[in-house]
Amino acid sequence: VSLLAGFTLGAALLAHRGVGTADGALLWRWRPAHVELLLVGWMVQLVMGVALWIFPRFGVHRSRWALPAAWLAFGSLNAGVLLAATGPALGGYGGAALLAAGRAAEITAALAFAAALWPRVRASGLSEM
Amino acid sequence: MPPLTRWYIKLALVNLVLGLLTGALIAAQPQLRLPAALSAAGPVYVHLLVVGWITQMIFGVAYWMFPKDSAERPRGSDHLAVATFVLLNVGLAVRVVIEPWHLVAPGVARGWLLAGAAACQWLAGVGFVLGMWPRVKGR
Repeated sequence: VSLLAGFTLGAALLAHRGVGTADGALLWRWRPAHVELLLVGWMVQLVMGVALWIFPRFGVHRSRWALPAAWLAFGSLNAGVLLAATGPALGGYGGAALLAAGRAAEITAALAFAAALWPRVRASGLSEM
Repeated sequence: MPPLTRWYIKLALVNLVLGLLTGALIAAQPQLRLPAALSAAGPVYVHLLVVGWITQMIFGVAYWMFPKDSAERPRGSDHLAVATFVLLNVGLAVRVVIEPWHLVAPGVARGWLLAGAAACQWLAGVGFVLGMWPRVKGR
């Protein structure tokens, strides 16, 4: 969803650079959203999702906090992307507050993700590297 | 590793080198008196790395590693996958050549080529989502 939204904004911006007739200030206010959706909403989220899927599970002490932490990371990351993407487009104090809240949510997501994944970063016994 | 993934990864490596080279040329442009179009190549530098390198590597590895769609068509539609690959790279290549040129010397034809590049990359994004959506599932 973030990939599609980010690509759509990016395509609109590039097309406007090519053939846009109006000054496009309103459209270009969404450029930070294009970056946010693709860097955090798409790439960071994909890395987090695949890591939670792929990293070793067997033989790891099962903490009862790991699953809630993973869901907290998912929820906070997506709330953060939504807020940080819309804040700069709205502008003003309200926009700045949304951006700050978004960043705080993303930091929460990073901490929760690290807590969920930390015990799963371990040697497999198959490789020296 | 399927052939399409090999194409994705090899073009991703080419774009990594091109992206870093573009960054170096942009930095050296004033000192070496390189063409002025290079000073307008900032977006090209970013997109060579973010689309041409990172996104392309993700597309290729996801196509290879994500759970199978079905026993008959493990990676979904081959035509859709190839179209996604071609659209992403044609769109990016056109952008890389045309965008700095258009920023330095705007022209109607170049403007429409840039809009075409935008459409190609957007369609590649749609194609990737359509191809991968059914493959994001449990075992």
